[in-house]
Amino acid sequence: MAVVFKKPDSLADIPFHYCPGCPHGIIHRLVAEVMDELQIEGKTIGVAPVGCAVMAYDYFTCDMIEAAHGRAPAVATGIKRSRPENIVFTYQGDGDLASIGMAETVHSAARNENITVIFVNNAIYGMTGGQMAPTSLPGQVTQTSPYGRDVDHCGWPIRVSEMLATLEGPEYITRVAVNNVKNVMQAKKAIKKAFQNQIDGKGFSLVEVVSACPTNWGMTPQKALEWVESDMLPFYPIGVYKDRSAEKEESK
Amino acid sequence: MAERVLMKGNEAIAEAAIRAGCKHYFGYPITPQTEIAAYMAKKMPKIGGVFLQAESEIASINMVYGAAAAGVRVMTSSSSPGISLKAEGLSYIAGSDIPALVVNVQRGGPGLGGIQPSQSDYFQATKGGGHGDYRMIVLAPASVQEMASLTIKGFNLADKYQMTSMILADGTIGQMMEPITFEDAEIENYEKPWALTGTNCERKHNIVNSLYLKPEELEVKNFERYEKYKAIEENEAMWEEYMMEDAKYCVVAFGIAARVAKNAVVAARNEGIKVGLIRPITLWPFPQKAIKEAADKVNGFISVELSMGQMIEDIRLYTESKKPVALCNRCGGMIVSPDEVLQSIKNAEKGVF
Amino acid sequence: MKTTQILIAGFGGQGILFAGKFLAYKGLTEDLQVSWLPSYGPEMRGGTANCNVILSDTPVGSPIITTPDVLVAMNLPSLQKYVDTVAPGGQIYVDSALIEEKVTRTDVDVFYIPATQMAKSQGIATLANMIIMGHLLENNPELSFEGTEEVVKKLVPPKKAALVELNIKALTLGKEYK
Repeated sequence: MAVVFKKPDSLADIPFHYCPGCPHGIIHRLVAEVMDELQIEGKTIGVAPVGCAVMAYDYFTCDMIEAAHGRAPAVATGIKRSRPENIVFTYQGDGDLASIGMAETVHSAARNENITVIFVNNAIYGMTGGQMAPTSLPGQVTQTSPYGRDVDHCGWPIRVSEMLATLEGPEYITRVAVNNVKNVMQAKKAIKKAFQNQIDGKGFSLVEVVSACPTNWGMTPQKALEWVESDMLPFYPIGVYKDRSAEKEESK
Repeated sequence: MAERVLMKGNEAIAEAAIRAGCKHYFGYPITPQTEIAAYMAKKMPKIGGVFLQAESEIASINMVYGAAAAGVRVMTSSSSPGISLKAEGLSYIAGSDIPALVVNVQRGGPGLGGIQPSQSDYFQATKGGGHGDYRMIVLAPASVQEMASLTIKGFNLADKYQMTSMILADGTIGQMMEPITFEDAEIENYEKPWALTGTNCERKHNIVNSLYLKPEELEVKNFERYEKYKAIEENEAMWEEYMMEDAKYCVVAFGIAARVAKNAVVAARNEGIKVGLIRPITLWPFPQKAIKEAADKVNGFISVELSMGQMIEDIRLYTESKKPVALCNRCGGMIVSPDEVLQSIKNAEKGVF
Repeated sequence: MKTTQILIAGFGGQGILFAGKFLAYKGLTEDLQVSWLPSYGPEMRGGTANCNVILSDTPVGSPIITTPDVLVAMNLPSLQKYVDTVAPGGQIYVDSALIEEKVTRTDVDVFYIPATQMAKSQGIATLANMIIMGHLLENNPELSFEGTEEVVKKLVPPKKAALVELNIKALTLGKEYK
């Protein structure tokens, strides 16, 4: 009998700790499938964040390191500058990448570090139990914005992709989502491109993946995916925000 | 013999690091240590190494964490306020058991403090600084020559014990020039099977990590690490004794304060006072044996420090309060004078501590 | 030579640290023990600058000078600040083009050299420091004038090789000043 579906080699054969309906599992799988397809598992070094994906180091079969909260791009820089022949990626959430680690994010992008960043934006702090994130939507109710995010009090959410795209430095900045099959397929394409860019020495590639957090949003998984479509994507539109190589091609 | 060259203490650290095989430096500018970064910026590109100015001290220590995990000899340097920012990374490096060299060319504190020499980061260096149970090997150079030799030693010890070595210098030693000779650096090589090199699909993946969610696992890790620390305490303490053979009083000082104290010891000897000096070269491990033995011989101790009195706590600890310990100190960037130390010695002789 | 502690003080931009380096390298070439300690920080940008140089046959203890054997004062505040710290029997060098005040102490040797003015009139305005160094060498035969060219060559970056000759000129002017 032909095998039509199996676990990617780049994923360890252990169960994820993620909540039911959490898209982290899908995103992990996409990253692992890309590693398999590009045949880079043996030379890849992954950097895990602090957040729900903190134990990503157990799930990927490549060499892994656990970074302090927000510091993954700096850690990745240290690794890549020491071993330019290896493939280095970070996997970070919104609190990690866009709040405590914003400086590391912006500067590694500005330096066009030849790394790949997978940025999972689900508009909430998951691991600590549902607090307001730098990407929580205006009016969004969380444990630390119980009356809804009041932008006059605590500021506006940050559109990371749009902001980074204003920099001269980075090679590729894109936003995708994993709320339906079509978007998942698109997300995989973007992730593959982000790794291929690194292999080709093109530089900093960031894929922002708009995700869901049914548990902390207080929704069923199905409802959470609908909320991504109805509330998240209008504020965080899918699209390619920067693609230097493509822009060069066009201008020829 | 190798040629004598005049060099600033900070430059001596940088040159020694390169000779010790360090090809990766990550840092952020701060007075009075910036010459280290400047030297690295000039030299590294010429030897195929990496100098990178990070966006912050926090980023630079985390770049060090990444590079160390990748198995290369790597360092960063800063001065007091910058070391506070690096404390996070120091804790992670300790918790992950990987080697690194960190230089602190101290200036006055707390807060932004000043930019003049100080030794007030003794607690931070020897007792922690970052969170959690951990130690760093702390080396305290008192000359430009030692800035170089202890840098090489620091890299070797870091690799040997898979932990951070810190060079705890100060603005004076960093900025001053003295003649120095570079003998061939004795580079000790240690296997790094734990390093992140890519599995090549030939081995199980390496994980560099300090997270242990099961308390019983974390406890075992800490127990193991403290076994290692115990061995270091037994084997790696370094100190210099000066005129201690017949000493009735013992001055204890490190770094620049020891240079000043030595002048005072000589002056006191000229006046017939039997006084000697113990100069800790490693602050952790503290030369407890030397202090313990001195405590049985001398009538009292004088701790000479450029702080409000930090090392004095360790002296009291290891003398087991058998003998009185006086403090002779200046702080905030002021430097104690030989006359002030001499006065403290004379006071001690009169029984005033 | 016995331990000699030299304190050079003036404004930032007068080449105070360079003069100190010159003495330190001179000591190095004569196989002496040497230390050179600069003041550092914002005062280097046009404020006061000073530099401690110790030359000795024996290892240098503290590099910090509290009682200089030799004081070089290149501005009034420096002279006023340090004049009383000089060891009895010591030497004080005063740039008399910039400092009108006279030293009233009688237990020290004082040398007045209008170095800044001399330098200007010779078209080497930035080398008053080296004129004083020339005079200092002349009065401290243990350091000797011999080999100064090699020392200057070590100090002047290759890109500015033309400065070697001018430095020697300044040193010679100071040596010959009566």
